Amino acid sequence: MSRRIWDFHGGIHPPQNKKQSSETSIRRAGLPEQLIVPLQQHIGAPGKPCVAVGDRVRKGQMLARANGFVSLPVHAPTSGTVQAIEPRPIQHPSGMDALCVVITPDGEDTWIEHSGVSDYSALDKKEILHRIREAGIAGMGGAGFPSVVKLGVKPDQKIQTLILNAVECEPYITADDRLMRERADEIVQGLQIIGHLITPDEILIGIEDNKPHAIEAMNRATQETDIEVVVVPTKYPSGGEKQLIRMLTGKEVRSGGIPADVGVVCHNTGTAYAIKRAIMDGEPLISRITTLTGDYVADKGNYEVLLGTPVGWLLQQAGVKATDLHRLIMGGPMMGFAVHNMAVPVVKTTNCLLVPTLEEFPDPAAEQPCIRCGTCAQACPVNLLPQQLYWFAKTKEFDKAAHFNLADCIECGACSYVCPSNIPLVQYYRFAKGEIRTQQQEQAKADHARQRFEARQARLAREEEEKERKRQERAKAAAAKQAQKKAAPAEKPAPTAAITGGDDLAKLQTAAASTMKRYKEAQKALATAEKNGTDNLEALQKKVAQLKEKADQAKAAFTSAKSAQAEDAAPPAATKEDPLAALKQASADDFAAYKAAEQALQEAQANNGADTQALQQRVIELKAKSDASKAAMKAARARQKEEIQQQNAASDPVKAAKMEVAKQQVLLKKATKALQAAKDSDAGATDALQENVSAAEQALQAAEHALKKVEEEHA
Amino acid sequence: MALLSVTSPHIHKPGNTGGFMRQVLYATLPGLFMLTYFFGFGTLINVVIASAVAMGCEALILKVRNKPIAFYLNDYSAVVTAVLLALAIPPTAPWWLTVIGCAFAIVVAKHLYGGLGMNPFNPAMVGYVLLLISFPKEMTTWLPAAGLDNSVNVPGVFESLRLTFLGTNPDALSGATPLDTFKTYAGQPEVLDSNAILHGTFAGYGWEWVNIAFLLGGVYLIWKKIITWHIPAGMLLSIFLLSGFFNTAVDADNYPSIMHHLLSGGTMLGAFFIATDPVTAATSNRGKIIYGFLIGLLTYVIRTWGGYPDAVAFSVLLMNLAAPTLDYYTQPRTYGHRQPNKGLAKPD
Amino acid sequence: MEFLFDNITALGALTAIALGFGALLGFAAVKFKVDGNPIVEQIDALLPQTQCGQCGHPGCRPYAEGLAEGEEINKCVPGGEDTIRALADLLGREFVPLDEEHGQTPETKMVAVIREAECIGCTKCIQACPMDAILGAAKQMHTVIADECTGCDLCVEPCPVDCIDMLPVPETLQTWHWDAPKGIGNRPGELIPVRNIA
Repeated sequence: MSRRIWDFHGGIHPPQNKKQSSETSIRRAGLPEQLIVPLQQHIGAPGKPCVAVGDRVRKGQMLARANGFVSLPVHAPTSGTVQAIEPRPIQHPSGMDALCVVITPDGEDTWIEHSGVSDYSALDKKEILHRIREAGIAGMGGAGFPSVVKLGVKPDQKIQTLILNAVECEPYITADDRLMRERADEIVQGLQIIGHLITPDEILIGIEDNKPHAIEAMNRATQETDIEVVVVPTKYPSGGEKQLIRMLTGKEVRSGGIPADVGVVCHNTGTAYAIKRAIMDGEPLISRITTLTGDYVADKGNYEVLLGTPVGWLLQQAGVKATDLHRLIMGGPMMGFAVHNMAVPVVKTTNCLLVPTLEEFPDPAAEQPCIRCGTCAQACPVNLLPQQLYWFAKTKEFDKAAHFNLADCIECGACSYVCPSNIPLVQYYRFAKGEIRTQQQEQAKADHARQRFEARQARLAREEEEKERKRQERAKAAAAKQAQKKAAPAEKPAPTAAITGGDDLAKLQTAAASTMKRYKEAQKALATAEKNGTDNLEALQKKVAQLKEKADQAKAAFTSAKSAQAEDAAPPAATKEDPLAALKQASADDFAAYKAAEQALQEAQANNGADTQALQQRVIELKAKSDASKAAMKAARARQKEEIQQQNAASDPVKAAKMEVAKQQVLLKKATKALQAAKDSDAGATDALQENVSAAEQALQAAEHALKKVEEEHA
Repeated sequence: MALLSVTSPHIHKPGNTGGFMRQVLYATLPGLFMLTYFFGFGTLINVVIASAVAMGCEALILKVRNKPIAFYLNDYSAVVTAVLLALAIPPTAPWWLTVIGCAFAIVVAKHLYGGLGMNPFNPAMVGYVLLLISFPKEMTTWLPAAGLDNSVNVPGVFESLRLTFLGTNPDALSGATPLDTFKTYAGQPEVLDSNAILHGTFAGYGWEWVNIAFLLGGVYLIWKKIITWHIPAGMLLSIFLLSGFFNTAVDADNYPSIMHHLLSGGTMLGAFFIATDPVTAATSNRGKIIYGFLIGLLTYVIRTWGGYPDAVAFSVLLMNLAAPTLDYYTQPRTYGHRQPNKGLAKPD
Repeated sequence: MEFLFDNITALGALTAIALGFGALLGFAAVKFKVDGNPIVEQIDALLPQTQCGQCGHPGCRPYAEGLAEGEEINKCVPGGEDTIRALADLLGREFVPLDEEHGQTPETKMVAVIREAECIGCTKCIQACPMDAILGAAKQMHTVIADECTGCDLCVEPCPVDCIDMLPVPETLQTWHWDAPKGIGNRPGELIPVRNIA
């Protein structure tokens, strides 16, 4: 019987290199000293931990619950103690850590109570789905999408074709191949469970023709069923979901859509096997088959590995002796990720660990200019124009890249593989995709910010209007009263001018703040320039001076406007703030003058100028002045603070007392710290500091006492 | 121990741009052999001069541009430009002609636009056209092909060197190409019929074999997947259709035969080696067919009604201008899309 | 007489043309009347909406209005080069580098964080925040809603006790993405020393 096989555009034929690992049967990897189970081993939200450090867990016990619809639980791969729940290195190209549950095995490997159902058709479909979710099954081919999400068919959807993806088109990987050869019956049972759930018209198993033994085994296992094994020609990436769907059904999944939209559901071999174990044996997903291959590995082959097994330990078991490994790849050579830490654990999607020698995988060659030869376009399985995408990514024209369907790129690496100029095209696309994603998020954030800002503006305007209305009412009432009293006929004009100035005031304030900031920045730049001895000091100094002037002007404008308004609105309240601001200003000015003088002095000294003495004198004077004004400002600030506190005290003595206590606490802490520092550095003045501390302690006690008293009074 | 952090894929098909370019050079060998056989060692000498000048200019400019010299020289792109230019100019050309053309091609047409991969126009053809319009006499002086006129011997190595470096007496040597001859005597059947140069085995004497040799080289490139069939097929198809139509349906005396057009002048060299220069050609498959077809059309039009006997260089340069637009309007249909994108307009 | 007649014909023709085009323009003005000023909307959509005021306007929209009237496009500090390019594209003007007088674009996104132990509850920052992204009440500790903060740093200046820090937004696994390759002449990838964790 022959079924039509459609072809897809492009594709490549890299060397297979599967024989090294496909000829030995699956072995158990054993129990490492520590298991590191990441909470996120799938696409979606990480699980929520449901055990605590120190808990004893048994094999198969849930460690973290699913946290949302697209999320999955994780389970203990063996029995033992939870040693830690903390960020640990995981397989991620950024090299960042992620939250993991670390388990120290007790060596007994005792299972939690569990039971399977051999007659799953007696179960409600919802119950089966629930069990699959609770077993933590994610797509085991590579991406790790929660399987249950794909299995939950919407009621209005009809699935025509269920496909078991047993293509395994990546070179080197033989995990599915071995699984099919040895456990074909269980895979078929798993596939039948999936079939029971989504009731398709036909069930197909797609296998590449380079796996004759697996084809034979699957044919034998499906003899009694209506499942059809379809052999597809070897071509990378025929195992890509979209490519396989095209090959077997001739249908194309719409861009941005999912296979179910065209009536197809696709699952991986390992997933089907895991579903069988979950339903019929009641075992959650705690181990998987991983291919260990590459010339550094002495015992190449497939291993049944507990999830969470550290890569370094696993490689030791497989006889990796070299300590000078050059590359370690999790996954296949075409789409796998480079691992740069031996403590990274095996997770649900780890189908292969590849440890090649330098001869096997030479270092990538240097990137040459693109000559637009178009070889990449001939190899692209989704029929993109990779050379154009490269160009747009390189020049950061992301909108054009998006227009040329960058989003449809499956990152299979075929273009990079064939590129004669050795351009790391996939990295360019990943970069561009990441940037586009960031831009979209920023755009969304900006839109949100605009809404909030506009809402705020509207609110402020409303409040202002409200105030204005009330003021006018009051004014009217007052006028009426005055008229009644027959007071002086010359009425004061209503203070409307000040009110309209509210908006301007805000503008002035912003302007003042931003010029001030710019001035400070320029000052900083000047300082660094001075340090590095750049030539354009003069220009910078000039700029600083200009900006300072501007800042002063802006500030002055703001303060005057503010005080004007304050005078108009509430004259007595504003005067309080003014002296402090003036002092602040004076202090800053004096300090700047002092610094400038110092600068001049240094310059003079450097140039052996004659008037250094005069300058020195001036510096000293200015320093004294600056210190004085600083002190004055500080005193004024302290006074103001005290005033505020007193006001507070008047209004709420308890609060004031509390604040006093807090203040004394801070002082005590400071004193203790100073003492400690002095002790550490063996300074002589520890005695005095000791006294300070005790004084502070006493003051604190007094304050606490006072607080108690006040509280009692008010209670 | 340090591990390499790099994006997938982790394996790469052996080869690099240099290998690509070397394949192109190998593919020119049959044509070069035929040119030498029929016209003496002049072309070979031109190839050597041009390659040396190109490498020298490339190195110089790379130095000026502060780029790694060995890294770029290793890509052989300068040599390919030089060889293609040398194959296009007459074997009797004086040495300075080759030097000027080659230096202009590398310095102006290639590096002033940003170097390999950035040049909008085919550098070899820019150099060629510069020479053709600046030195029309030197650029159109060909020798009679070997065996055509027994009174003239094909120059040997020393004779060729003498011609190249010491100048020449054109009157004693000059011979027209078949394209030239037909253009001169178009509409005069008695002259055309009796002129031996127009009556080789398939087409113009001597030139037919040169073109067949380039065709062979082109087939090799397609077999090696260095180029695709689209551009040559498009170009040869349009020349075939146009010459067939005018020769059979209009007037055989004014419009030469299909074979005459396909196997004369730079047709095959242009179709397989020059129009296919990936940097300046269209890159989508449909774009390539249109690009090739229009080059063929322009070639025929200029050959037939224009002022020059051959026109591959002009046609290629004109179509270089159109390549980006062609690319925008001939994007392939991406998997999962109903329609291919057209142009750069935002699909709202 | 003939001369006069000719002139009248010419004048008549010109008048007719002028009237015709006038009518056409008038019709177009009514028919294709544009409500509001969409260019301002479009510009506003390109601005980062930090409302930081570093351009000298109190907010992004006023700057957008200024831009529509021909103001320089290089004043938006948080938007930086990308925004200037987008503006140049939209308004059909030449790209100009950022006017440093208004400040320098920070390399990373910033977020305001209040050192809560030091906050005295003065509400000054709340009034300054254009996003309403600071939560708190008089004499109560304030805190920044990090998701709403645009990093405009307008709250830093008013704080009397200087307890607000502008910190870079940390990168997470979700926000990380690959950098662009190092370009022509460079080998991709980098060697990373192995961390040994016992």
